[in-house]
Amino acid sequence: MNMKVKIAGVELNNPIIAASGTFGFGHEYGELYDLNEVGAISVKGLTKAPRAGNPPPRITETPGGVLNSVGLQNPGVDAFIEKEIPFLRQYSCKIIANMAGSTFEDYCEMAEKLSAVDVDMLEMNISCPNVKAGGAAFGTNPDTVFEITKTVRKYAKLPLIVKLSPNVSDITETAKAAEAGGADALSLINTLTGMAIDIKTKRPILANVIGGLSGPCVKPVALRMVHQVYNSVNLPIIGMGGISNGTDAVEFFLAGSAAVQVGTANFTDPYACVRIRDELKEYMKAENIANVSDLTGQLIVD
Amino acid sequence: MSYEVYTCTLESQKEIAPNIVEAWVVNAELAAKAKPGQFLHIQCGDATSMPLRRPISICDVQGDRVCFIYEVKGRGTKSLQQQYGELDILGPVGNGFTVDNGKYKCPAVIGGGIGVYPMLFLTKQLKGAVAYIGFRNKDLVTLEDEFNKAADSVTLTTDDGSYGVAGFALEELKKDCETKQFDIIYACGPKGMLRAVKAFAEGAGIPCQLSLEERMGCGIGACLTCSCETTHEGTDKYKRVCRNGPVFWSEEVVL
Repeated sequence: MNMKVKIAGVELNNPIIAASGTFGFGHEYGELYDLNEVGAISVKGLTKAPRAGNPPPRITETPGGVLNSVGLQNPGVDAFIEKEIPFLRQYSCKIIANMAGSTFEDYCEMAEKLSAVDVDMLEMNISCPNVKAGGAAFGTNPDTVFEITKTVRKYAKLPLIVKLSPNVSDITETAKAAEAGGADALSLINTLTGMAIDIKTKRPILANVIGGLSGPCVKPVALRMVHQVYNSVNLPIIGMGGISNGTDAVEFFLAGSAAVQVGTANFTDPYACVRIRDELKEYMKAENIANVSDLTGQLIVD
Repeated sequence: MSYEVYTCTLESQKEIAPNIVEAWVVNAELAAKAKPGQFLHIQCGDATSMPLRRPISICDVQGDRVCFIYEVKGRGTKSLQQQYGELDILGPVGNGFTVDNGKYKCPAVIGGGIGVYPMLFLTKQLKGAVAYIGFRNKDLVTLEDEFNKAADSVTLTTDDGSYGVAGFALEELKKDCETKQFDIIYACGPKGMLRAVKAFAEGAGIPCQLSLEERMGCGIGACLTCSCETTHEGTDKYKRVCRNGPVFWSEEVVL
């Protein structure tokens, strides 16, 4: 059974990628299992300068989902390069550097720096709902998506993944804009904006008031968007949104994903990435599928 | 730190006070590793509808059995109360209390509300502990006998005076400071109480450890959601309750 997939020229041992923001830089999950087991790790969103993040509470559960507003707490791109790459490079999993900027210049500078070091792909997060400047503001307007992708493209010497926001009226517009701007792949979806209220205190549960919704409850939305984008662009798609088991992963492949990211499920089951990969294999065995890549876009619509 | 997920036999669950449930699970490895102040990150039922585990402090360990006591409050704990058979538990998690019997000759232990429960395991491992446990009212008074056995002396308070001494546990601790030379204070309870304990301990120059609580995600330090504000600058401003804590020296945190 061949679990290898190739995304924009980069070969992954298997199509399971740990989603940015749920997996840190791999240290913690690396204490539970061998990181060689995952295809890639999309690291915690990096910013030009270190960021302290939002005040707590930063997380709450909603039916079938999780709302978070971490606010990109991270040590900054330079500390990542110096301290985290050597750790991650001990493993065969690919490193996807997730970049989150406040300005075009931030993204360009990070793309240039990261292209000069030993990472495999860049993921441009233009859809973070939890920061005031940049983030989602770039990801929701097709013209801006085109401009920023085109601009960052010049500095990115590595395959450039653009991570799309679901908080738009038509995701195929931003997907096409990223493609026209020169993206090598797309990842979707980032979290849906949401909120939760405590009726006893009459206050929002998250200190940031609004957060990003993820987990099983967003899966139908994510799946629909992957399906639509697959039919609109000619780029490899990394699908994500509530994938919690092998069945979910298969659905995302059928809808058009070339690989998948697993995020919130890591909180439920710290071994989720490995388990989902194994469950995907079981499906392939039962269905007599030799290459996991053969599943991509095999949805039958009568 | 070595993390592991254990499938534990859920031996019993019993409501010991209104909406307060005492649960015992059996798992030799978990029991052997558990230290006072650490917690269990528990899957409380259907993971598809409840993707997050719930962090609950360890209350006691006896042989290969581990006890935790929780308040039935929201969807998660309501579902947990309905569980039987087995429980999926990540743990023991976090840095517990610093128990150094050689160093601390006169430790004070203070717990308020559900913050009383983790203090039992701690009290049992201390020599000469002076315990202060506070409850809202008589109905919620629990573990009185266990504390009486484990501590040198126990002062029990209720907010409304329906049992024990009327008022807050901290006020009793403060009074005793006139006669006792506490060399450490260990505390767990509501944020308001911890704030007051911190202020008092620091004012009196007594080292103090606080067990904090925060809404939590992964439980192992990866997701950066269960943050607490610290006195550090930069990216250390917020530390992870699950991994850097849940027990912190009072001087390190801003409450």
